[in-house]
Formats: sequence, C-alpha cells, structure tokens
Amino acid sequence: MLHESKPRGRTRIGADVLCEGLRRQGVDVIFGYPGGVLLPLYDVLGDYPELRHVLVRHEQGAAHAADGYARVTGRVGVCLATSGPGATNLVTGIANAMLDSIPMVAITGNVAAALLGKDAFQEIDITGITLPMTKHNYLVRDANELPHVIAEAFHIAQTGRPGPVHIDITKDALQQETQAPHPDAETVLAAIPGFRPTFEGHPRQLRLAAKLIDEARRPVILAGHGILLSGAWDQLREFAEKTQIPVTHTLLGIGAMDETHPLSYGYMGMHGWKHVNRAIQSSDLLIALGMRFDDRVTGKVSAYATGARIIHVDIDPAEIGKNVSVDVPIVGDVGRVLDALTPLVAARQPEDRAGYFAELADWRRGSEARSWHGSGAWRDGLLSADYVVEQIGAAADHDATLVADVGQNQMWVARYGGFRRPHSHLSSGGLGTMGYALPAAMGAAVGRPDKETWAICGDGGFQMTMQQLGTLVQEHIPVKIAILDNTKLGMIRQWQELIYSGNYHSSHLMGPDYLKLAEAYGIAAFRATTPDEVPAAIEAARAIDGPALVHFRIADEQNVFPFMPAGKGLSDLIEEWGGADE
Amino acid sequence: MTDQATTGRRSTDQATTGRRSTDQAMNRPATIPAATGQAAAPATREIPGTGAGHRHVLVAVVNNRPGVLNRVASLMRARNFNIDSLAVGHTERPDVSRMTITLHGDDVAVEQVAKQLYKLIDVLKVQDVSDEPRIEHELALIKVRATNSTRAEVLKIVELYKGRVVDVAADSVIVEATGTEDEIDALVALVGGFGIREMVRTGTTVMVRGPQVVEYEGAGK
Ligand SMILES: Cc1ncc(C[n+]2csc(CCOP(=O)(O)OP(=O)(O)O)c2C)c(N)n1
Repeated sequence: MLHESKPRGRTRIGADVLCEGLRRQGVDVIFGYPGGVLLPLYDVLGDYPELRHVLVRHEQGAAHAADGYARVTGRVGVCLATSGPGATNLVTGIANAMLDSIPMVAITGNVAAALLGKDAFQEIDITGITLPMTKHNYLVRDANELPHVIAEAFHIAQTGRPGPVHIDITKDALQQETQAPHPDAETVLAAIPGFRPTFEGHPRQLRLAAKLIDEARRPVILAGHGILLSGAWDQLREFAEKTQIPVTHTLLGIGAMDETHPLSYGYMGMHGWKHVNRAIQSSDLLIALGMRFDDRVTGKVSAYATGARIIHVDIDPAEIGKNVSVDVPIVGDVGRVLDALTPLVAARQPEDRAGYFAELADWRRGSEARSWHGSGAWRDGLLSADYVVEQIGAAADHDATLVADVGQNQMWVARYGGFRRPHSHLSSGGLGTMGYALPAAMGAAVGRPDKETWAICGDGGFQMTMQQLGTLVQEHIPVKIAILDNTKLGMIRQWQELIYSGNYHSSHLMGPDYLKLAEAYGIAAFRATTPDEVPAAIEAARAIDGPALVHFRIADEQNVFPFMPAGKGLSDLIEEWGGADE
Repeated sequence: MTDQATTGRRSTDQATTGRRSTDQAMNRPATIPAATGQAAAPATREIPGTGAGHRHVLVAVVNNRPGVLNRVASLMRARNFNIDSLAVGHTERPDVSRMTITLHGDDVAVEQVAKQLYKLIDVLKVQDVSDEPRIEHELALIKVRATNSTRAEVLKIVELYKGRVVDVAADSVIVEATGTEDEIDALVALVGGFGIREMVRTGTTVMVRGPQVVEYEGAGK
C-alpha cells in the first residue's frame, strides 16, 4: 500500500541513526520544518513516536523554541531545518542561543555530498555561516560518522559554558545504510582532548577571594545567567545569607534569587534600578558570579565602580579580563566554586552591616517610588505598561514563566514582572532579538507543561513572529500572549525622543486588529484599554484551556526609566524626563 | 644567514603574573593591587587590552582536520584581532597541525586571543613563546631583476646573507632566503634596489630552543 509506514524491520539508515542518537541523549521533542533533503528523515520520524515533532511556521521560531525549551528545562533544545533557506532561517535563533549560552543542537540537511560546492538547488555553505556563532559545528557526509558526531555535539553543547552546536548532514548520509554503533561516553571524551572545561575553582584563588570578602565594607554580589545555567541558586542564597551581602542581578540573572528575599536588591544596568547601580558604583568589592560585564551592565567601563575590587567567577576563562580587569579571577562552575568558597568566608549578621543596609534601603525607597504607576494609569489615564506587567506576574502568584520580547516591553518585564523562581524569566539578552518571545514561549510551554507560560511582546516584536499562532493551535500549546501595543517601535521612539530631539522617523507602526487575527486562528482573545480592565482580561486568558491572547492598548509614549544613554557611565542614569509622571 | 636565536622583547610594564603560557585553566595567581577607595582620585577603571603593545609569537597546536584553519582565521577576524602572520603545517603526527601566529598587542590582549583560541574544540594547545629563547624562521622566495651587468652584485649580496639562488633566467634570479622576519626584511631592502619582480613569504615558524617542547592535550596517542 502506498501510504503504509515502513515496517520496523527495514534496513537502518543514517536518518535512523540520527533518531536513535537523539533518543539516547534523552531528547523528547524536536522543533522543525521539513524540506527536500530532509525527506529521508521525515520518512522514518514516524517510527520514533517518543520523539515529538513540533511543526513550526518559520525556522527562526524552531530555534527560538528550542532555546526556550532549553532555558526552562536545563536540557539541550533541538531544532531542525532543511538546506538553503531553511538553514539560513535558523541562523538568528542560533546566534541568539550563542550570545545567551543556551545548550542547543541545531540540525540541518544539506544536498548530497557530490553536489556540495556546486551551487546545487538549495545549497548554501551553512557550516561556513554558523561557524562564528556556534560552540562547534559539523558537516557529516558519511552515516557511519553520525553516531559519534551526535554524541559529541550533545556533550559539547551542555558541558562547560553551554552553547549551540550545529550538525549539517548531507541527504545521502541520511539515506545511507549503516551498522555503526553509538559510542560510549569515554570514546566521546577521548576524541576531544582539546575540550576540558575547568569546574573547580583554584584553592589559592578561593582563599584570596575569601580574604577580600571578609575585608569588604560595601560588597555587592552581581548574579548572572551562570547561576541559572549551573543550577546554583541555592548556593547563591546560602553564600549571600552567610556573608550578608546584597545580591543584584543582570537581565539573564533574574530568577537566580527570589526577588522578595531580604538580600535581593534588584536588576542592574542600562535600564536597571537606580539604587542598584548606585550600590555598584559605590561598592568596594564586586563579587561577579556567572556574568560577563556586558556593556549594558557596565556602561562606560572607565567610570564603572571605580572604587571596587572585583572577584570574577566564570566557567569561561575568556570572559575573565575581557571587558573589565579583575583582581581575583576564579575559573570554574559557579555552583562548585560557591560550594568551596562559602565555608571559607566569615559569617555575618545583618547588624554587622546596619549602616550599609540602612543606606541601601533608603536609596531603594527613593528609586522605587520614582518609577512606578501603581494606579495603572500613566498620563491622562492612559494604560501604563509597568502596571500591566506587574498584574500578569501577580496573577499566577509569580509562578508563571514570563517570556519577554525585545524593546521597552523587555525592560518592563525585567523590572516589574516580580520573579521568585529560577527559569521563570526568559529574555533575549545578548542578541536582543525582536520576535523572540512567542516562539521561545512555545518551547518553554512544551518543556514545562506544568507552568503557565506568557509571551509578553511589543506590537513590533509580535508582528515579527506572529505566524507561530498556527503552531500553538495545531500543537495545542497553551501559551498566553500579552501584546503591549503602543502602536510604536517603542524603544526606538524613546531614543528618538531622548537622544534625537523627537525626530520620529519610522517608529510609528500600524498593526492588525489583534482580536480578529486571533479569531482567525481560533485563539481566544481579550482586550484591555484602561487600568480597570486589566485584571479581568488577564483572568479571562488564564481561564482558557489552550492558547489565548490579550491585547493591552497601552499609552503611546510612555518611556522606560531609568535610562543610561549609550557611551555614558552607570552614574549618568536619566530618571525622568519632562515631568515627574514618567 | 645563520640560525639565530631571538629573545622576545619584554615589555617593562608587563603584569608580573610570572607565566606567559596561557593554560586553559586560567586560574593564574592574582596580584592584588593596593586598595583603590576614596583616596585614589581621580579613579578610573582600566580597560583591558589597551596597554602598550609589542610583538608576540603564539604557537597553536590544532587537530589536522578540514576547516580548522578557517576556524582560527574566522575567530581572529570576528574578535577583531589583527595578526601579522600565520603559518601552518602538520607536525610529527599527521593528525596534528601546528600554527605559528605573530601579532601585536599588550599582554592582556594577546592572552585574550589565546583564551578565545582555546574555545575552539580543535585547538589542543596555545602557548605564547615570546619570552622563550627560540628559533624563529620564515622562508621567502624573491624573484630579483638581474641582468648580465648586475647579476654578480646580486649574487654577492645574497651570499652575504646566506641566501641561495635557486633559479637563474636571462634577466632575473630567484633567491631563497630563510631567517627571522627582520633578516628577510633586510635582504629584501638590499636587493630591492635591483628591482623585485615577485616575492612570496611563508610567515614565521617558531620552535623553542633546548630540550623543552610545546606539550599538548592528547599528545602521544
Ligand atoms: C530583529 C530586530 N530588529 C530590530 C531591532 C531594533 N529594535 C530594538 S527595540 C525595537 C523596537 C521594538 O518595538 P516593539 O516590539 O513594539 O516593542 P516596544 O519597545 O514598543 O515595547 C527595535 C526596532 C531588534 N532588537 N531586533
């Protein structure tokens, strides 16, 4: 019969090896999209029912979904695309994973080996393209190499500093019969002697660090993504509690510590809290844990925390001394480093830091009062975005996963989402990829079906990847979408207002009727245009068993403050503009 | 040209970390500077890699696999590192290649190059040999204009520099020269007066003098 699936008894081909390899690595879902060279694979995928295939609507979304899946599960996310345009569509998502250190294996098909380099139909040198944006990549032309390559790729993607690994497989390799066995862990390790990350901190460095910590009078912890990647949130809390050192966090470090913990001091950097940046600028010791002193965090380096010594813990030696010079470098896994460091430091009581804490509390009161619209209204009663975000966070009692897009919405989410558990905040930090939220939320919801998942987007970012509404429906993925619609490319408009004297070129953006759009897909949708409509709209979306969309028509011209203009230092934050109601 | 050891120029402001070979586990001993604090005004934080640069010679031992040279070159470009020369060939082991990379930069910047190179899976070892006594050679082929009237003079200069004439034609000779970059530069300047029609240089290759060798992970397999 023509459509009958092939019996299990057929010969084993490269495509089978790939499926077996993925299963052996514990993969349960692939975000993918078929194409000519992948047909041998799609022909056997049905024989592996343990491998769920989520058919996306655009390959960029496959990569972001694998990224979102990886962030919430801590496991390697897998995406799949065909040669040529399928592969190039993945690129943005791979780059995003690279800059945020996300464990991912991206798989592409390519033309038959004999056609490589001949500009064959849908042939592109995709390994040449992904080379600078992956931890490693492979071009496989022989099915016998596949078992080893798959095992090695997964090992590299998740060991040490995580990152994306790309495997490009020729069509003939996928079709080739093979008996090649899967390698054991030892064989994999032996083949990559050049890849031996350091996990334990050097004892002498730990002692030096402990000494500085014990002597410091105004220490501040800078908690980064590394805490989450290493699963070191308990160690962070224990270290902070023992030493009584306040914890600040980077954008991707959000969730490393419960924000309601008395020692959690808040979000740092360009759009971070003024009190946090002030604490950093006046510190005498920065303890950087799994963060990389990104320019959005430091501002002008020459003016960054000039009175502070720096202890820098990172698993990637190349991050140490890259952006700022440090006093005590410690290479290692931040969880294991803290395991070894905490016993070496002196215990403190809150009273020991009474003066310091009182000053910090005072700063915090001031800066929090300045940028918060608790009533839900910005100017003229228009709906305020910070209020919307705060309400979404509170609705599920701060247990939902909130996936931000990029722009003002991203900063509002970071500042007002109210995060209490690890992996409850996802954001495209390094690449700043508009369109990230919806597909990443898709992956996050698939990875953690037990958690409510929200994609919080600007109207611009939503329109970049909204084709994934189809995926949500077809695959029954219950993502809740919040569109913060200011009919603007808000962050662009903000810069134009603040830096380019109000020359608003190309920042006004029209959009569709979002409710009708959702309706066309059969997705329940709600709208809130005033503060009092917000809670009900959120609850209505939460009550839907499946995906739902809420269109929040927020104020057009609300800005995110504070704001650090490019090229300025952390002490040059702008907190208000043209009136206290910002 | 005789084999000539070159000792790396030591920059005097070099951080006294004691070690120039950048081990993957970069837990180097820190020299903790005096407390900055209020007293040290006007306080500014130093930006790494912006100090006075000098010439460095790096050895990179890599897997001899397709694409590895591309990975190294791509990394150098992407990371905005300027290299002066890169020479590559296989070693005593056919599956292992060795690169000699020369570049300018301060110690921190060059250490950053080494650390970034280490992130490539195919890189087995990176060592900065700038402070080691070493043999540093490159090979040049220079096609020099040489007529009946000037040939003798060209040959004399070449001989003086221990170069070799490896081809003679009616109006030109090919000179083969090996030596340090500076030595070859000097020869090129001298024969330049006669007219250089074509030149090709391999880039510097290096080996540390004495019994020590560049050890690497996975060696001896
Ligand atoms: C793919 C991509 N293109 C362009 C940008 C530059 N950019 C950053 S924020 C922004 C505006 C975002 O507007 P919107 O999605 O409506 O969000 P808002 O800032 O209004 O919350 C733009 C264009 C980007 N980050 N990503």
